[in-house]
Amino acid sequence: MEIGFYPGCSLKGTSREYNESVLALAKAFGIEIKEIEDWNCCGATAAHSMDRKLSLALPARVLALAEKQGFHEIVVPCASCYNRLAVTQYKLSEDAGLKKDITDSIKMPCSGKVKILNVIQFLDSYIKDKIQKRTVHPFKYDVACYYGCLLVRPHQILQFDRTEDPQSMDELMRMVGANAIEWGYKTECCGAGLSVSRTDLVAKLSGNIVKDAEDRGAKAIIVACPMCHSNLDMRRPQIDEYLREKTTIPVLYITQAIGLAIGLSPEELGLKRHFVETSSIY
Amino acid sequence: MTQIKETVDIPSFLQKKTGVDVYQCYQCGKCTAGCVLAEDMDYPPSYILRFLQTGLETDYKKVLSSNTIWMCLNCENCIGRCPKEVDIPVLMDFLRQESREKKLVSPKARQIIAFHQSFLDSVKHTGRLYEAGLVADYKLRTKRHLWQDMKLVPKMLKRGKLSFLPEVVKDRKKISDIFNHTIDKKLK
Repeated sequence: MEIGFYPGCSLKGTSREYNESVLALAKAFGIEIKEIEDWNCCGATAAHSMDRKLSLALPARVLALAEKQGFHEIVVPCASCYNRLAVTQYKLSEDAGLKKDITDSIKMPCSGKVKILNVIQFLDSYIKDKIQKRTVHPFKYDVACYYGCLLVRPHQILQFDRTEDPQSMDELMRMVGANAIEWGYKTECCGAGLSVSRTDLVAKLSGNIVKDAEDRGAKAIIVACPMCHSNLDMRRPQIDEYLREKTTIPVLYITQAIGLAIGLSPEELGLKRHFVETSSIY
Repeated sequence: MTQIKETVDIPSFLQKKTGVDVYQCYQCGKCTAGCVLAEDMDYPPSYILRFLQTGLETDYKKVLSSNTIWMCLNCENCIGRCPKEVDIPVLMDFLRQESREKKLVSPKARQIIAFHQSFLDSVKHTGRLYEAGLVADYKLRTKRHLWQDMKLVPKMLKRGKLSFLPEVVKDRKKISDIFNHTIDKKLK
């Protein structure tokens, strides 16, 4: 059965390589995924900071479209979109009055039955059992798996992995030959949506993350969120300025690292699109 | 007498609007200890909770006019570690809206709000976020750090990370209806 795909806005723009690597993996493993037609932005941080109903209505339309187009399951690689969609589904299921209000504003029914998978759940469900057999170039490096906030919190709603010391990415990376190190910033926030409006704060928060990973000897930081990626990769000049040192550790999406291990090329995986040079790991 | 009334009102008003009972907080300070931006805020999260518990109008105003509510990244670390699971992120979302409605927004938060407004304008017009347009619109709104991100433009183009044209949702009427039924309804 086809899985619905909600790329979200980042994957169509600044995080194009995440989109490319998710699709490349799906193709390599023969998984059929199809973009939800006419999807809209989930509203991200801006919507829930400014208006609660808007922050629920935008994701609700996406969920309603997925249902209407016959998908039982959708994969949402962006951790922020995943969080917004999952939280919306939960809030609407909890409160019938709210659900009516929101479905009235989108003028579409939304039963809330679509299963929402983040990228790790997608990899766990469809790729994990085949991954070791398919690994041709083991990813033999020490890696710092960085989960950030939105994949694991709020645990009350997402019920995904541990909030303080999650393991799901570490486990996948070990399966392709990496050594997932213990480090202190697995789930500390990178500064997320303040990237443009308060770059100074993002430099500090992301700088602490990059520094800890590098100091503990990791050769790459592995991420599963486009905002974490842009902050740790594209904001590296500001990070280095904050740290007063030149850091070189590359930041890879988990789909890129797995892609390299199963023999896909750096070009197919969009590794040339990064700001921090990635050639040290292939 | 008014003070007694207020003492009862603000916490119960918050509970009615958000479902969060601020009296659950016993000031252990774990939220503040774990908050990555606590030191950059006017008041760290545990202080905000204390201000809300007193029920005093003056304390409530302090909260609504603080930069804290806008600096909060909603990273959810506070609720993850709260022994009483006080949903601070949900409170923060509500307080931000209150702060705008009551026109008490901290001047220190202007850039952050300008960014949210540019973001939502982009989504309202096309249904999707157009990143290049967002940054240009934000820069024009704030006239700050104009060159910091402009320097990124050629580098992003080279890496195929910037599109010249926005992606547009076909059913744009539906998107503008959603805005009319939610955020724009209040402003009218």
